[in-house]
Amino acid sequence: MFDALQAFLSGFLYDWLAVLITLVIQAVAVILPIMLAVAWLTYAERKVIGYMQVRMGPNRVGPGGWLQPIADALKLMTKEVIFPNQSNKFLFIVAPVLSIAPAVAVWAVIPFSPEVVVSDINAGILYVLAVSSILVYGTIIAGWASNSKYAFLGALRGSAQKISYEIAMGFALVTVLMIAGSMNLQEIVEGQQGGIWHWYLLPLLPMFVVYFLSGLAETNRTPFDIVEGEAEIVAGFHVEYSGMTFGVFMLAEYAMMILISFMTAIMFLGGWLSPFEGIPLLETLFAWVPAFGWLAFKVSFLLFVFLWLRATFPRYRYDQLMRLGWKVLIPVTIVWVFVVGAMQYFKVGPWFN
Amino acid sequence: MVKFIQHQVKTWGLTELFKGMALTGKYLFKKKITVRYPEEKTPLSPRFRGHHALRRYENGEERCIACKLCEAVCPANAITIDSEEREDGSRRTTRYDIDMFKCIYCGFCEEACPVDAIVETRVFEYEFQERGPHIMTKDKLLAFGDKHEKQIAADRAADAKYR
Amino acid sequence: MTFEQFIFYLLGAMAVISGLMVITVKNPVKAALWLVLAFISTAGVWIMAQAEFLGLVLILVYVGAVMVLFLFVVMMLDINLAQMKEGFTKYLPLGAIAAIATFAMMYMVLGPAHFGLEVTGNPVQHPADYSNTKAIAVPLYTTHAYAFVLAAVLLLVGIVAAIALTLRRRAPKEVLYQDINKQNRTSAKDRLTMVKMEAVVEKPVASKEEEGK
Repeated sequence: MFDALQAFLSGFLYDWLAVLITLVIQAVAVILPIMLAVAWLTYAERKVIGYMQVRMGPNRVGPGGWLQPIADALKLMTKEVIFPNQSNKFLFIVAPVLSIAPAVAVWAVIPFSPEVVVSDINAGILYVLAVSSILVYGTIIAGWASNSKYAFLGALRGSAQKISYEIAMGFALVTVLMIAGSMNLQEIVEGQQGGIWHWYLLPLLPMFVVYFLSGLAETNRTPFDIVEGEAEIVAGFHVEYSGMTFGVFMLAEYAMMILISFMTAIMFLGGWLSPFEGIPLLETLFAWVPAFGWLAFKVSFLLFVFLWLRATFPRYRYDQLMRLGWKVLIPVTIVWVFVVGAMQYFKVGPWFN
Repeated sequence: MVKFIQHQVKTWGLTELFKGMALTGKYLFKKKITVRYPEEKTPLSPRFRGHHALRRYENGEERCIACKLCEAVCPANAITIDSEEREDGSRRTTRYDIDMFKCIYCGFCEEACPVDAIVETRVFEYEFQERGPHIMTKDKLLAFGDKHEKQIAADRAADAKYR
Repeated sequence: MTFEQFIFYLLGAMAVISGLMVITVKNPVKAALWLVLAFISTAGVWIMAQAEFLGLVLILVYVGAVMVLFLFVVMMLDINLAQMKEGFTKYLPLGAIAAIATFAMMYMVLGPAHFGLEVTGNPVQHPADYSNTKAIAVPLYTTHAYAFVLAAVLLLVGIVAAIALTLRRRAPKEVLYQDINKQNRTSAKDRLTMVKMEAVVEKPVASKEEEGK
């Protein structure tokens, strides 16, 4: 999509400058909508949770509270950033940057519709997994640099939790690789073509659950938000952060939520494919919906589930959380790797042929 | 054995999670009970303890006889009273200050008062933006009482049978 | 210089500088973070060399897991730098000899005689759809299958040994253990009995005047 722009620019600029400008424009074109989505996701969260608690949620700023995220952003930006005494100032500032940078970088390989992707690389899944594994550094460094017990405890909990759940997440991805035979996200979506029963949701139903739960744990969402645990350790790793440094942590968390939803939709729910493919009447009825429309619909449903879970469940205790990660999710994934292997060998269903 | 299978189905089917989510999902569509405050207000009890007021008798004589029971009972030491003999020989206050920053709105002063002079009214929508006005002097309290006398009297009458 | 070359030299310089910082920086946490940067820039170089699988796995395993645990431990250490530097001069000669010996061996094996375009030939430019992952997987599971399985077994032994060494269960009298399986299996029936009671309407309490009569 941006090749034409690059060709046009290199007509009168240095080659490297043309590449650089195109890259920047591409990055902005992806990041800006995501940041806006993040802003209104916070609004949706407060509204949905409010409604589930028979409240109204924010309804003062603008009609129905729609401008609430803008008010929040303005407040965060104008607030003072306080440096704790004896904290490591450099690392204190670097920590939020380290947590937002991977959360933004991951979007480079996410396909939004057929062929609409910044960088269509072969090892797409691996890239997502690798870059999101860097995310934990933001938490750890924030906890250490704050020179605060609560922040440090939060950082320790966070790092242990993220490493544990990354393994289950990686195994869940392995089953997707086995069934799709490719690590390219576009090819994975194309492999699910042919109607709702071709989606990987059915053969990988336990993996869908495992991936989504690990995603919850990776993004520190309830019921896995012991990193923040406001009842026990105040706010965990970001107790000492205020103003925009705190805002950046929030941006990263919500951007990762959207990313996990995108990945789940792409790998298990057929990405941008219509669920009515192959059904005679419905297919023509819904032919007008663009590819991105379906993907956005699936993603927003998954994000709603994120919020729904938060409104429903209490926080896990630390030992229960570790038990779930190591003794339940990982064995389930390992068993399912073998099940998928067997399904592949016996060519079960429409997924293996 | 049946129990074991039941347990396994319950565990791996995540039935309890779905039950919980069904409950919150149901509440998503329930009618919301939020009261949008400035436009809508919750009903107030006649016993509501808000802004203080000093009352008068119907003939215009102030009720307070400077017995200082309220000053004594006040747990926050918010009330300060000075008294003097008036020309007609009755004891009256020369100073009746309530520090609204100290007051905890417990209503003990109202309970202690033998002549129903100091009362707490339904008014709760007031604010102080600097020090100074937060000291409610005798004049201010009496004026406040005059302004809201009708409501105060009605509230006392409604609550009288329970006292 | 093309854009690719610029990126390559940038990553290379980053790797070298952060490698030097790892061993010169005083604060162990900062040293660990420099090491993370070294890993990331090395992974970048590998990806430039079309080994994207190896590069990403380097980030995933070393940066995402190993170094996190490393930091985890280093952050909790309370290191007294002055104490650590005691006897530095005493051990310097021995350390210098060890360093020189290691460097000499590395030079013999990895020296310029073994590298360069004359030795290895021009690297092959692979097309965009070339799967680096498959190129690694096929020899790994065919020619080197035994070595691969052996390595897996070794790792398993390592895991079992680590768990066996650190697993310490105290007598149940000393410490209260929670049996989560048991907790999960309880139902309301086991702990709660519903008692059927007659609904009784309370009589109003007699007031003081009535008591007096």
